[in-house]
Amino acid sequence: MNLRRLWAVARKEAIHIRRDPRSLILAIGIPMLMIVLFGYALTLDVDRVPFAVWDQSGTPQSRDLVARFTASRYFSLHAAVDNPEAIERAIDRREILLGVVIDSRFAEDIEAGRPGRVQAMVDGSDGNTAAIVLGYTGAVAQAHDRAIALEQARRRGVDVPDTPVDLRARVWFNADLESKNFIIPGLIAVIMGLIAALLTSLTVAREWERGTMEQLISTPVRPAELILGKLVPYFVIGMVDVLVAVGMAVYVFDVPLRGSVTLLLAMAALFIVGTLSQGILISTLARAQLLASQLAMVSTFLPAFLLSGFMFSIANMPAPVQVVTHIVPARYFVSLVKGIYLRGVGLETMWFDALLLAAFAAIVAGLAIVKFKKRLA
Amino acid sequence: MWERILHMLRKEFAQVFRDPRMRMVIFGVPVIQCLIFGYAVTMDVRHIGLVVMDLDNTPRSRDLVAGFLGSNYFDALRRTHDEREARGEVDAGRAGAILRIEAGFARELDAGRTAPVQLLVDGSDSNTARLVLNYSQQVVGTFGRATLEARQLALTGRRPPPALVELEARAWFNENLESRNYFVPGIMAILVMLVTLMLTGMAVVREKEIGTIEQIMVTPIRPIEFILGKCAPFVVIGFIDVALVTLVGVGWFDVPIRGSFLVLLGGMGLFLLSTLGIGLFISTVSQTQQQAMMTTFFFFFPAMLLSGFIYPIANMPEPVQWLTIVNPLRHVLIIIRGVFLKGVGVDTLWPQMLALALIGSAVLGFAVSRFRKTLA
Repeated sequence: MNLRRLWAVARKEAIHIRRDPRSLILAIGIPMLMIVLFGYALTLDVDRVPFAVWDQSGTPQSRDLVARFTASRYFSLHAAVDNPEAIERAIDRREILLGVVIDSRFAEDIEAGRPGRVQAMVDGSDGNTAAIVLGYTGAVAQAHDRAIALEQARRRGVDVPDTPVDLRARVWFNADLESKNFIIPGLIAVIMGLIAALLTSLTVAREWERGTMEQLISTPVRPAELILGKLVPYFVIGMVDVLVAVGMAVYVFDVPLRGSVTLLLAMAALFIVGTLSQGILISTLARAQLLASQLAMVSTFLPAFLLSGFMFSIANMPAPVQVVTHIVPARYFVSLVKGIYLRGVGLETMWFDALLLAAFAAIVAGLAIVKFKKRLA
Repeated sequence: MWERILHMLRKEFAQVFRDPRMRMVIFGVPVIQCLIFGYAVTMDVRHIGLVVMDLDNTPRSRDLVAGFLGSNYFDALRRTHDEREARGEVDAGRAGAILRIEAGFARELDAGRTAPVQLLVDGSDSNTARLVLNYSQQVVGTFGRATLEARQLALTGRRPPPALVELEARAWFNENLESRNYFVPGIMAILVMLVTLMLTGMAVVREKEIGTIEQIMVTPIRPIEFILGKCAPFVVIGFIDVALVTLVGVGWFDVPIRGSFLVLLGGMGLFLLSTLGIGLFISTVSQTQQQAMMTTFFFFFPAMLLSGFIYPIANMPEPVQWLTIVNPLRHVLIIIRGVFLKGVGVDTLWPQMLALALIGSAVLGFAVSRFRKTLA
């Protein structure tokens, strides 16, 4: 290993990057775009569900129930209708997600001590949203049921408190339940996966495709120097991306950073070395840019996006998929970043994740060098 | 003209399929994506780790705890009386919530007073936290209702009606609320977009980058023939992906397909106009495959996120919602999901088809005219 040769490769690669200003701008621009999108536009929180109601009862009792829906911040009344077809049409046209039909004997039934019937029809196409909407609907119906039961009990002279059990919920780490606070930190991992897929996966394949690899081989540069030299400029870009992401999170989107910035950057550096090496490894194996780009997408970006726990919680996945997530390095990085950001914890709780991340970086970088040697031979 | 296109086609097919690994990628990636989206992407939260701090430890408090654990939403992670220990579980990310019942819970309840219960929720994942709060409210509500009943029975000797509002909930189109029914069909649009956008763009630029485009220019082939020949293989791959996703979705995941496959193919055909157009456009503004790939991503990523594929459009701020109207992916997803889940036909989907046709012809027309100029 000769540092001078390594440095020469790094400089050569940096010149390549500088000559292609658009790619460089996009390498910084795409992460910024992602943060803006996720910070501003994208959320999985289900709020203000548009619903239509067909109140066949038209009594104070049924209007009370409707009022309970409209008062909830989870629902917003789209229309009051008077026939079932209108609900069907509105669901087909995706104007509403929920149709509530109150039975014509709702009030009589309740007065007689029988359950008053309410029908809820939810557009189930998006199963996740529908499940949440049904949960909210159930909660409204339950609250109404409790209120009536309480009233009836009091009328019979039973002395009971409004709420027998008072649930005092306190939310830690993210008191306002803002999804950006948990998505933006995790996004850093996705961005890194992306940089690896977009930048480094092509860097070796390009030399093969253009025929410049033969020229490189004829120089005294060694495989380790070549691979590490190629890593250096992309590492710098990756770190700039991390700084941009952390900066935007704090200054534009007010995401609190409770833990240590130094630890965050150190972990990010470890993770970047790992994913960039993975990109180079793919590039070495593929030798063609088209193939390398596709392989990199599938092996770095998609897992970082879908299997890292960045957005979809790993605990909810089926057991075999959970096993697979253990080989996704982004998983450990996401849990580290979220820990540092939201819980403000340090290495004392998360040393194992950090260790795995370091091991991953070392193994993949080593593998890239070894594979490259074999390719040359 | 047709003979020249045919030659071009043969060359392109040979180039794409020459590498066996490329074949693997083209047919393997759709299957991997189907599996990930079919299995991994779910927002429904169950089995949340719950730390139980039952300081009362009476039959009543144990009833409440049983209510939590019997709900299928919570799993008892551990029972402890030690605050620090409980907090440690949350810090380590193992527990989603701590349920703390103070001593005296049963006494308050039996005296007919309000008995407080404390719930500490890990809010770092806001979606999960919200569901935890909701589920807990339901559990506590049910418990409170039962307490009310028991008290009424004890004081008056009469059992009150068990429920006064009966909610009969039904989910249309997707009775079991399987999120995979929603996500898996959508993958075909994502794949077709990725394949046609990125591969078309890169395939054209590749000829520029390694210099073979000059050789093609000296042949008598005309720009339009060149374009047709370049695009055709990816159109074919796109339709194979559609068939693959349908096969995996219907055959493996039991996703229902209620509408007409022809409407689906028609919708995809219209969608291809836009994606090929953007792919060609990218090839005209890029000199290297790296540039083509990054520019593709710059288009593809916002298009995917602002399409309603994962994130509901209804949740976006209004200006962004307006912006999504020019996103072809948004329209084709409505068509795909309409055909698969709702079984609707052209009579309901014509606005989306019209939108795709308009966006597609505009984009493709612009790209082709630009392409001619750069070639000439």
